[in-house]
Amino acid sequence: MPPKPSQELMEGAEIILKALVEQGVDTIFGYPGGAVLPLYDALFKQNQIHHILVHHEQGAVHAAEGYARSTGKPGVVLVTSGPGATNAVTGMVDALMDSIPLVILTGQVPTQLIGTDAFQEADTIGITRAATKHNYLVKDVADLGRVIHEAFYVATTGRPGPVVVDLPKNIQVEKGPYTGSPRVKHKSYRPQIKGDIDAIKAAIELIAGAKKPVFYTGGGIINSGPGASLLLREFVHMTGFPITSTLMGLGAFAASDKQWLGMLGMHGTYEANMAMHDCDVMINIGARFDDRITGRLDAFSPNSKKIHVDIDRANINKCIRVDIPIVGDAGHVLEDMIKIWKANVTQVDTDARESWWAEIEEWRAKDCLSFEQSGDVILPQYALHRLHELTKDKDRYITTEVGQHQMWAAQYLKFEDPNRWMTSGGLGTMGYGLPAAVGVQVAHPGALVIDVAGEASIMMNIQEFSTAVQHDLPIKIFILNNQYMGMVRQWQDITYEGRYSHTYSEALPDFVKLAEAMGGVGYRIEKPDELDSVIKKMIKSTKPTIVDCRVAQLENCYPMVPSGAAHNEMILGPEDVNMTRKDDPTLV
Amino acid sequence: MTQDQTVNQHTMAVLVDNEAGVLARVIGLFSGRGYNIESLTVAETDHEEGLSRITIVTSGTSMVIEQIKAQLERLVPIHRVQDLTIEGPSVERELALVKVAGTGDPRVESLRLADAFRARVIDTTTKSFTFEITGTSSKIDAFIGLMKPLGLVDVSRTGIVAITRGIDRL
Repeated sequence: MPPKPSQELMEGAEIILKALVEQGVDTIFGYPGGAVLPLYDALFKQNQIHHILVHHEQGAVHAAEGYARSTGKPGVVLVTSGPGATNAVTGMVDALMDSIPLVILTGQVPTQLIGTDAFQEADTIGITRAATKHNYLVKDVADLGRVIHEAFYVATTGRPGPVVVDLPKNIQVEKGPYTGSPRVKHKSYRPQIKGDIDAIKAAIELIAGAKKPVFYTGGGIINSGPGASLLLREFVHMTGFPITSTLMGLGAFAASDKQWLGMLGMHGTYEANMAMHDCDVMINIGARFDDRITGRLDAFSPNSKKIHVDIDRANINKCIRVDIPIVGDAGHVLEDMIKIWKANVTQVDTDARESWWAEIEEWRAKDCLSFEQSGDVILPQYALHRLHELTKDKDRYITTEVGQHQMWAAQYLKFEDPNRWMTSGGLGTMGYGLPAAVGVQVAHPGALVIDVAGEASIMMNIQEFSTAVQHDLPIKIFILNNQYMGMVRQWQDITYEGRYSHTYSEALPDFVKLAEAMGGVGYRIEKPDELDSVIKKMIKSTKPTIVDCRVAQLENCYPMVPSGAAHNEMILGPEDVNMTRKDDPTLV
Repeated sequence: MTQDQTVNQHTMAVLVDNEAGVLARVIGLFSGRGYNIESLTVAETDHEEGLSRITIVTSGTSMVIEQIKAQLERLVPIHRVQDLTIEGPSVERELALVKVAGTGDPRVESLRLADAFRARVIDTTTKSFTFEITGTSSKIDAFIGLMKPLGLVDVSRTGIVAITRGIDRL
């Protein structure tokens, strides 16, 4: 039986806030407008929920993503109808691609005006259908409580994702009964949490017999919660096998661990990609064989048996056909794997494992991330190396924008714990990092939150620096400024014979003055020997801070598995770029 | 890779909540991910439970078909998806209304053929017949083909509905 609605009638706006409080929401990120005025008025009259006013609705969604990714709790957004909702769409797709739980409340014109092209009317449900995991239009105030709770349930369970609740203005003021958090089963939505035990047994048998195994893990471990990271570590240590991870999974396994191979994929390490290519058993837990990971599909890990643990059945056999699919939550499946491993007193072939490690050590010896800082020009790799050394012992959270700096951050900043790394992986949204840092800092007021940025990306949501100032959030923005849209320019180098079509920024702001003008602090670094002292000043800064770090303009990010290449065809450095490679328009 | 690249036609039965926008979710999934829709029918089938049944005929390689089923299953208001082509056996039927205009011999001939196809006349004027015909899609194709030279003017088809043989429900 559904819980009995309380007899007392409440205004829609109050129902919404009561439901949010019941869901444990302490913060929402938003921007007011005509169609959400009643809801904002209700917010004004309470003090349980903290509202972070942003400067653009896209920023609100990314901030909520940062909040969600760093806490494991759903992020909540409140925007108005029409442009408020459409501005939020990029953030929704970002969260959809990276499986971030969000509940986005959008205002809508009154129900009787829907369909009349009313002022600030947009078909939010139509527009966001493909941008969300699910969406709701509330047309009856009696449904409101249930829908809000259902939205949280759908957003946070199974494969997490963004859920929109579209709220016509009249629904926010009409009176209705409050429905509490439902304890009944959803009519049709059934996320699969436990994996099939027979499949898990078969997987354990395959793992135990492996001679050249590799763990390939992803964001599914992070989404499963910190417990899944602990289980992963336990299981990986029990086997003694090597482990790599996608961009989204960094931190699930400690980067300082000797079994860690570094990130894999397009800008992954030589050892990780070679291990993937040559392995005989691949254990994919919580990753989805993204094209940035696989490289050329028909040459992807040609000789391996593949185990794929994924909470989303649709990810099974989507890009790569696997031998043992297991649909379930990463943490639950890992728990069962460990149980079965222990119960069977499973032994691995240690001789084979040692010779596999010997092969891997040879690849490691290439030291593919090595660089040489000399002269007066700062190498971006060196800047991040110093940033890492000076911040690694702090309570540190990193966000990034999208491009070269993002890949360098993934390579040179080492993560020991989950939920410390917030980046836009699937959608690749420039402008993600600054608002995400705002959301992280809101959730972790005392922590050191750094947005590693590029000078092009940062301009996409620079207005959110004011949000940080307004709410006393001392985020740090570390810009690797090379004056180029570096990653696009890198592709122009590799596949367009160096024709830099519109990737150079002729006009950029003075970022130091910009920071000051917006009420924060700005520093500039131009020489390598200035790095440490400025980074230390940045760490100490109690205000939102921008560091404009001028780096080598034409440095490219390696290793690189170029689009259409296989894992064993990596470009390790500029000496491997022969200007004959063509961009394949059939690939991304 | 040694994947089967043969494209096959599959019929899927999809049980959904009869709520606003559910058809748009299904169609949006197909268009957004580039799947084919060869036929689609939808109607409420259980008023008390508020359930509708969608029958979709689609085509693709085995990997694509598996994807379509999995992608449909993850839509929130979808209760169950059955690939009748795999989980069959099943029966499929389609209904068409076929309007033929004319006088004299062609008109008589159309009536005679309609009889052979067990099509019923549901509307008539002195210059036209409208037939109702039910059967497999190929039977309806054949009937329409025969009506063409006899004054075919209009066709309305329902698309395929399908159900498994035997006692099990969707």
